[in-house]
Amino acid sequence: MTDTSLELIELGAVFFGLGLLGRFAGRIGLSPIPLYLIGGLVFGEGGLLPLGGIEKFTSLAGEIGVVLLLLLLGLEYSAAELVTGLRRSWVAGLLDIVLNAAPGAAVALILGWGPIGAFVMAGVTYISSSGIIAKVLGDLGRLGNRETPVVLSILVFEDLVMALYLPILTAVLVGVSLVGGLTAVGIAAGVLAVVLVVALRYGRFVSAIVDSPDREVFLLKVLGAALLVAGFASAMQVSAAVGAFLLGIAISGSTAENATKMLEPLRDLFAAVFFVVFGLNTDPASIPPVLGWAVVLAVSTTLTKLATGWWAARRQGIGPLGRARAGAALVARGEFSIVIAGLAVSYAAVDGELAALATTYVLLMAVLGPVAARVVEPLARKLRADRPLTNPTTAH
Amino acid sequence: MNVEVTPLPGIGVRKDFALRGGRRIGVVTHRDGKIELIISKSDDPDACLAELPLSADEAGALANLLGAPQLVAQLTEEHRDLPGIHTRQIPVGPPFDGRTLGDTALRTRTGVSVVAVMRAGQVHSSPTPDFTLTAGDLMVTVGTSEGLDNAVRILKRG
Repeated sequence: MTDTSLELIELGAVFFGLGLLGRFAGRIGLSPIPLYLIGGLVFGEGGLLPLGGIEKFTSLAGEIGVVLLLLLLGLEYSAAELVTGLRRSWVAGLLDIVLNAAPGAAVALILGWGPIGAFVMAGVTYISSSGIIAKVLGDLGRLGNRETPVVLSILVFEDLVMALYLPILTAVLVGVSLVGGLTAVGIAAGVLAVVLVVALRYGRFVSAIVDSPDREVFLLKVLGAALLVAGFASAMQVSAAVGAFLLGIAISGSTAENATKMLEPLRDLFAAVFFVVFGLNTDPASIPPVLGWAVVLAVSTTLTKLATGWWAARRQGIGPLGRARAGAALVARGEFSIVIAGLAVSYAAVDGELAALATTYVLLMAVLGPVAARVVEPLARKLRADRPLTNPTTAH
Repeated sequence: MNVEVTPLPGIGVRKDFALRGGRRIGVVTHRDGKIELIISKSDDPDACLAELPLSADEAGALANLLGAPQLVAQLTEEHRDLPGIHTRQIPVGPPFDGRTLGDTALRTRTGVSVVAVMRAGQVHSSPTPDFTLTAGDLMVTVGTSEGLDNAVRILKRG
């Protein structure tokens, strides 16, 4: 058997296996992300069935997965939505950062991973999974609820924070000085501001560059532009993902909608590879030692997200049940926590256990998030029924 | 009526208003044009009792059902001083699907005037004879009882 045929067989087996896992996840109403990670753990180093020879392809495909994840995140929100989201939710957004970054940073410091490890883990526990959350809200029929805009605007805020966080993280991982780090912050904030202004004022020109009535041409142009921007951003140490994210924001209107429709299957494919690659690079044997800490993080950051959502919803005059729903909706972590951990691991600037902790944490939270969103309402109703005097029922 | 328009970033727009009883009713319009009808719960005004996905046809039919009686009531009120003149909404049957208002020859055959045609919740007032009808349109008509009865029969059977 030639090398190519072996590689094709391995790759085919991986994709087919992921398909089966994805179907299983759909059946039990779960996000497929944790199952992809488990798939990666099984096939990776120290796993049950190590695969060889396809690393070159899978690692590049995983990178493309990250680029597409961020590009579609940028496409999802128009610049106008980002600006209104920022204006409406910045107080809640700041609380979100403080409450949810702290547990990750604290655990990293306790484990002796230093300030860089703390910065990475802070990002991992901070960022909610907008993909999982949007799906859960739709599935549970909560899009028309009054607390839903609160949840969505917090997600918008988190995404803007990501655009600042990722370049800083890249700078920190490369090992620049404090001044260099501050410069990175300045450049990132400046570029973000410029992109928002360009997208608000001249978004149609950016869209016109990539737009085409022909599907094939359009696909190639959008994908090409995303990889070019990501590549140049990466060469300038600004993080490939952020370049793609900013391009996504700059593309607007119907072009953005068409691009989303066309790129979604590609994103799903490459992002699946990314999760598998992340799992592949994590040694399953390294998970049990960090399991306790992962559980501690899961419990504490579930509570902190609940508190964030509760507080943000209360500010908008939402009742106790709605506040509980808003909090629970925000619990899920997923793709972006892995993106952050993946970035850290690729620079080898952090402790190897960090990848294991991040994997375990996301495994727990991607499962726990949707479950929390589902059970919070019956649970809150029961609690309210137990003490009806403290929370009198409002208007009928 | 104070309709509240709330953007849902990444999803679409929610438009709703409070009913007299305090419950909210409205629609969530997705970016791709999908429409969902939303009605708030009675015991929890923040939550929704139902989120019903509606196709464009279904939304239009519902809008007709809600809108046409209003128009008829208004016209009836205006014609109250004229005894023997009635207003009625009449559905257009399949025989006239794709044909013009002129093809029905309602005015010649029954003496009934077509004041407006309601389609997908939109009022097309004072339609001309070359106005093309679609099955499911609601005609708002004015005439005598007898004339209106005849018009109903004609529009149903052709």
